[in-house]
Amino acid sequence: MNFDFSDDQKQLRDQARKFLAEKCPPKAVRVVLDGKTPYDKELWKGLAEMGFLGVAIPEEFGGAGAGHLELCVIAEEMGRANAPVPFSSTVYLAAEALLIAGSDAQKKKWLPAIASGEAIGTLALFEGKGNPSPKNVKLTAANGVLNGVKKPVADGAIADFAVVAARTGSSGRDSDISLFLVELRAGGVEVKSLTNLDPTRGQAEIAFKDCKAEPLGAAGEGWSILTQVLDRAAVLCAFEQVGGADRALEMGRDYALDRIAFGRPIGSFQAVKHMLADMYVSATLARSNSYYGAWALSTNAAELPEAAAAARISATQAFQHCAKNNIQVHGGMGFTWEFDCHIYYRRANAMALGLGSLSYWEDQLIDRMRKKNAA
Amino acid sequence: MNFDDTPQEAAFRETARRWIEANAPRELHAELSKSSLGRIRLANHDIVDVGKAWQKKKFEGNWACLHWPREYGGRGATPIEKVIWQQEEGVYGKLTQPFQIGEGMCGPTVMAFGSEEAKRRYLPKLASGEEIWCQLFSEPSAGSDVAGLRTRAEKKGDNWVVNGQKIWTSGAHYSDYGLLIARTDPNVPKHKGLTMFFLDMKSPGVEVRPIKQANGMQEFNEVYFTDVVIPDSQRLGAVGDGWNVSLTTLMNERMSIGARLATGVPEMFELCSNLMLEDGPAIDDPAVRSKLASWAAKSSGLKYTSYRTISALSKGERPGPENSIGKLVSGMMLQDIATYAMDLQGAAGVLTGNDEETAQGQFQQMLLSSPSMRIAGGTDEILRNIIAERVLGLPGDIRVDKDVPYNKIPTKGR
Amino acid sequence: MNFDDTPQEAEFRATARAWISANAPKQYEEELRKSSLGRTVLKNADILQVAKAWQKKKADAGWACLHWPKEYGGRGASPIERVIWQQEEGPYGQLSRMFIIGHGMCGPTMMAFAREEHKRRYLPPLASGENVWCQLFSEPAGGSDVAGLRTRAEKDGDDWVINGQKIWTSGAHYSDYGILLTRTDPTVPKHKGLTMFFLDMKSPGVEVRPIKQASGASDFNEVYFTNVRIPDHQRLGEVGDGWNVSLTTLMNERSAIGAAVSTGFPELFEYCSSLILDDGPAIEDRAVRSKLANWAVKASGLKYTSMRAISALSKGERPGPENSIGKLVAGSMIQDVATYALDLQGAAGVVSGENAELAGRFQAMLLRAPGTRVEGGTDEIMRNIIAERVLGLPGDIRVDKDVPFNKIPTKGRN
Ligand SMILES: Cc1cc2nc3c(=O)[nH]c(=O)nc-3n(C[C@H](O)[C@H](O)[C@H](O)COP(=O)(O)OP(=O)(O)OC[C@H]3O[C@@H](n4cnc5c(N)ncnc54)[C@H](O)[C@@H]3O)c2cc1C
Ligand SMILES: Cc1cc2nc3c(=O)[nH]c(=O)nc-3n(C[C@H](O)[C@H](O)[C@H](O)COP(=O)(O)OP(=O)(O)OC[C@H]3O[C@@H](n4cnc5c(N)ncnc54)[C@H](O)[C@@H]3O)c2cc1C
Ligand SMILES: Cc1cc2nc3c(=O)[nH]c(=O)nc-3n(C[C@H](O)[C@H](O)[C@H](O)COP(=O)(O)OP(=O)(O)OC[C@H]3O[C@@H](n4cnc5c(N)ncnc54)[C@H](O)[C@@H]3O)c2cc1C
Repeated sequence: MNFDFSDDQKQLRDQARKFLAEKCPPKAVRVVLDGKTPYDKELWKGLAEMGFLGVAIPEEFGGAGAGHLELCVIAEEMGRANAPVPFSSTVYLAAEALLIAGSDAQKKKWLPAIASGEAIGTLALFEGKGNPSPKNVKLTAANGVLNGVKKPVADGAIADFAVVAARTGSSGRDSDISLFLVELRAGGVEVKSLTNLDPTRGQAEIAFKDCKAEPLGAAGEGWSILTQVLDRAAVLCAFEQVGGADRALEMGRDYALDRIAFGRPIGSFQAVKHMLADMYVSATLARSNSYYGAWALSTNAAELPEAAAAARISATQAFQHCAKNNIQVHGGMGFTWEFDCHIYYRRANAMALGLGSLSYWEDQLIDRMRKKNAA
Repeated sequence: MNFDDTPQEAAFRETARRWIEANAPRELHAELSKSSLGRIRLANHDIVDVGKAWQKKKFEGNWACLHWPREYGGRGATPIEKVIWQQEEGVYGKLTQPFQIGEGMCGPTVMAFGSEEAKRRYLPKLASGEEIWCQLFSEPSAGSDVAGLRTRAEKKGDNWVVNGQKIWTSGAHYSDYGLLIARTDPNVPKHKGLTMFFLDMKSPGVEVRPIKQANGMQEFNEVYFTDVVIPDSQRLGAVGDGWNVSLTTLMNERMSIGARLATGVPEMFELCSNLMLEDGPAIDDPAVRSKLASWAAKSSGLKYTSYRTISALSKGERPGPENSIGKLVSGMMLQDIATYAMDLQGAAGVLTGNDEETAQGQFQQMLLSSPSMRIAGGTDEILRNIIAERVLGLPGDIRVDKDVPYNKIPTKGR
Repeated sequence: MNFDDTPQEAEFRATARAWISANAPKQYEEELRKSSLGRTVLKNADILQVAKAWQKKKADAGWACLHWPKEYGGRGASPIERVIWQQEEGPYGQLSRMFIIGHGMCGPTMMAFAREEHKRRYLPPLASGENVWCQLFSEPAGGSDVAGLRTRAEKDGDDWVINGQKIWTSGAHYSDYGILLTRTDPTVPKHKGLTMFFLDMKSPGVEVRPIKQASGASDFNEVYFTNVRIPDHQRLGEVGDGWNVSLTTLMNERSAIGAAVSTGFPELFEYCSSLILDDGPAIEDRAVRSKLANWAVKASGLKYTSMRAISALSKGERPGPENSIGKLVAGSMIQDVATYALDLQGAAGVVSGENAELAGRFQAMLLRAPGTRVEGGTDEIMRNIIAERVLGLPGDIRVDKDVPFNKIPTKGRN
């Protein structure tokens, strides 16, 4: 057993942290926050040049062929920096779906484009309120033609292609669902931007009207592929959330050391100290759960479904907790637009919903533990 | 112990109800019902304008600042009558938002410390909403530690000359008058060198700069003072007694914030009653019910705590620090409720537009606004200190700054 | 990042497993499996005797205190081998509870500060369970504030003479030796006048009085010292350096307690998996699942945090204060878990003892849990340690630090 990242991986982390500190300072995040551009194109290009976009994509498809542990390391840094780029949609969702289910031709077409930063991808799963469930997929596919509306679709307004979940049967079973690949710039697609909690990451509504699409994976296999994609993304997002939680904790700590009230640093009051200690505790639990998820992901272990759900819950809670109390430590300053606290608060709460809600994952975790115990 | 109206109370309620029915701006009812913390936005109206119109109407009908004496614009009503009024006013009460600081904090301070002449001049216009007041206490280096404030007031003949900066002043941008606490003597320990004033916000040298909030709105401000002249007649209380005067304001602040506290529970209950989850109505789901029940119990606990206070008040007792629990409990609860409401909406919960799936973004706004409830008017931590020290009698924090001359206290920060 | 055994680790595991299956006291397996925090009892045997026998057997075969050097009764094993052993030992590990203080705290302190001859003389019988050790730190006036202790040690020729009282000493009633922290100089600031010793609990003048715990059991004691003589060669560390020596013990205490913390989660999961509520199996109830999931991720978070610590250890890094989170999280969690288990039992939950649901497992847990949040550093002290030593926040403002001990104001238990 060795429950830690390797020295090479730690070096990669340092490299990513340095890169992001330089290319993605809060000032850059704010350009997107203030709506001046939908995402940071320069940063996206830079990430491609650093090889970060294709870190887990095999070399034969234009990636670095490193692996998921390396991707986890980078995800954490993306979360710390609150990077305003379509990283999670493209890399955790679209690329992973292609890796799991894409045909050789599909992989050859899209994966190199992802690695080089030329293509942005996303997953179009949700249709209004509700959580991942075959029942909630109403968009239909017949003879390779899609009809229906997806919403919200993360980064939908800037994506070049989407993996779309569609209903191809009505038996009431998981096998009613199939996946399709759609080029969003082609005909039959109408995209509308939607306002959302976290303006540093766009959300969109995409309407498909008699839209031509090619299947991704076998017909009827859609739900089982999606489940795998969501589990992988849960671990990767957990690392982003851990990075965000740590950053929020650090901001709070630094402010508590600096800010003087009553003639002493506010960090010398136990109310503040203990609040920060509790933030540290939840961030640590989340980190440890995420490490386990990373191991399960990187070895494709049978434990992945359970490990992914645990990492997801723990990291969601930790990020929400740290982001919220970081504002509290900052007092009035924390409630200004000018301070960065709200950026993390927004991201934390948006990320809590992106792959399905906390309640959904709680339910999944217990289901999975129960199945394991029964086996 | 009696929760029912006495015959007099019932008669009062009936009168109030009839007057409201005849006079309230009903066209706003639907929009106001949908608004909650951080989201009083009317599609075709400015809240200050409609607020002023409603306030004026109430004033003319003798329904403004009910518990104030008649000569100052009130009705001389009892605390219980005031509660009855608030119950009947219902959603229209949300229109009083711009006046709450004036009615709840500035008015009572002027009432307690102003000259008779000042009271007669300023209070009726405050009550009628014609003049809006703000509270100029917090400074960049003095929030929780208000007594650490630096804004200077120096005596020049019959006037005071004020220089310095305030921050977080809610409503300063639309206020006509302000209650200002300033340092008049930096050579004595910090609580002893303060003095309270009120001033015309249009005085030369007052500059108001709006601050954009974390929730995207602009409701609070920085206020700069450059050689602003305030006549000594606008001093409230003795020179150097400003801390005592401010405690009156702050006690009243707690009371007024406490009274119309948003908890998020009614909105949440409504959401759960209408929302369909995968397996059926949200309200039938045991996990949802368990959360709702704990919140409902907290919110009713708060409500009845405030009734107990009102009963005490109506026997002539003063509002005590027990009231601090209101904001402490509801601030955190609002935040939790908003988070959970979005959780129930699932992936669509992230959207903030006027979407049907997200109940018009009501909870999303609540989430973004709720952090301020835990900070404004005393942070959660300060409120816990108050409860521990003033209710339970525990010792205060060890103080390094209390008996030291103000200009000898170490400073650092913003 | 690798969770699987290396070939060597796998081989070690196989050896351990084979030895355990050939030698463990299988007749108690069932009962040990059902025991949890607050309830390790064997119906027909004296647990202390069974534990000592098992410990001796392990020591004879080289399986006791695995990570200690061979010459002191250990096996010289790596941290990871120790974890593998603990995984394989499974429910029989419950039998080590009474040795935790000796193995986890007293032993390491002896190892770091005792003379070579003492190490060879005392450590092997400690490892083999022939001798049980206890830790005599806390006093009525010095618990969280250990450095405030009053038990005096005065030099008399080559001996020290001890007078005073310790309290909360776990296992003193069956211990053979103890490590003892005393005050040797009351005229210097409190952290500077302390000295550490070890002593024979059968020395004349030592009197042990059991204290009945809140749970009804008696695991800890008051220990009185009246002119007890300890030879100077049983001093651990320099005169006046006892605080430093005690920090070694406390650091080890955290990792000892940290590794063995119970969360109550496995017990609750098992219970919910078989429990049938009115509407069906508990584990299918969404409210139950939501709670379970929250506790599950805390329990797994703690488990993997300790795995990370072990990985660090095996690379030669020291266990850091990060370990404090184990007890902090588990202590309040096990209390919540037990409360919820009783809630699920409904009104029957109030019955405790052998006739209760699951022979009172959760009732016993509920009653023992508060102790976890106090022993070895209270929750509040743990948060202080995390805030100060991990996050680098300033210490509390101290009124007692640079003052001679005999000038510090005292009050409290006497
Ligand atoms: C929406 C909003 C509206 C406001 N409106 C007004 C207004 O109209 N007029 C006005 O004068 N002010 C107003 N305020 C200011 C408000 O009263 C202050 O923000 C508040 O008192 C906190 O002060 P601070 O921001 O300086 O934070 P700080 O005092 O710097 O506090 C930072 C952190 O330290 C903690 N802390 C500080 N001291 C202690 C202690 N002794 N023990 C334990 N913890 C401590 C706090 O709890 C907080 O977590 C408003 C604030 C907000 C957010
Ligand atoms: C089951 C059990 C077994 C034990 N076994 C042993 C043993 O074998 N040997 C031994 O020496 N001791 C033992 N102890 C004693 C234990 O270490 C002390 O009880 C503990 O350190 C707390 O001290 P106290 O009881 O004096 O409480 P106090 O120190 O009086 O604490 C009372 C309360 O005040 C809080 N408090 C105190 N100081 C601070 C501070 N600076 N900041 C914030 N809060 C503070 C505490 O958190 C606590 O809530 C045991 C205790 C228990 C419950
Ligand atoms: C690394 C570390 C780990 C700890 N772990 C635990 C734990 O697990 N459980 C627990 O109950 N308590 C633990 N403690 C003690 C815990 O911090 C105290 O119980 C609590 O914080 C109050 O202690 P205090 O005031 O006596 O000392 P503190 O304020 O914690 O520290 C004592 C101070 O005295 C000074 N000092 C240190 N050594 C000497 C010396 N030899 N001579 C003179 N001055 C000295 C130093 O300046 C130090 O800052 C630990 C302390 C340390 C340093």
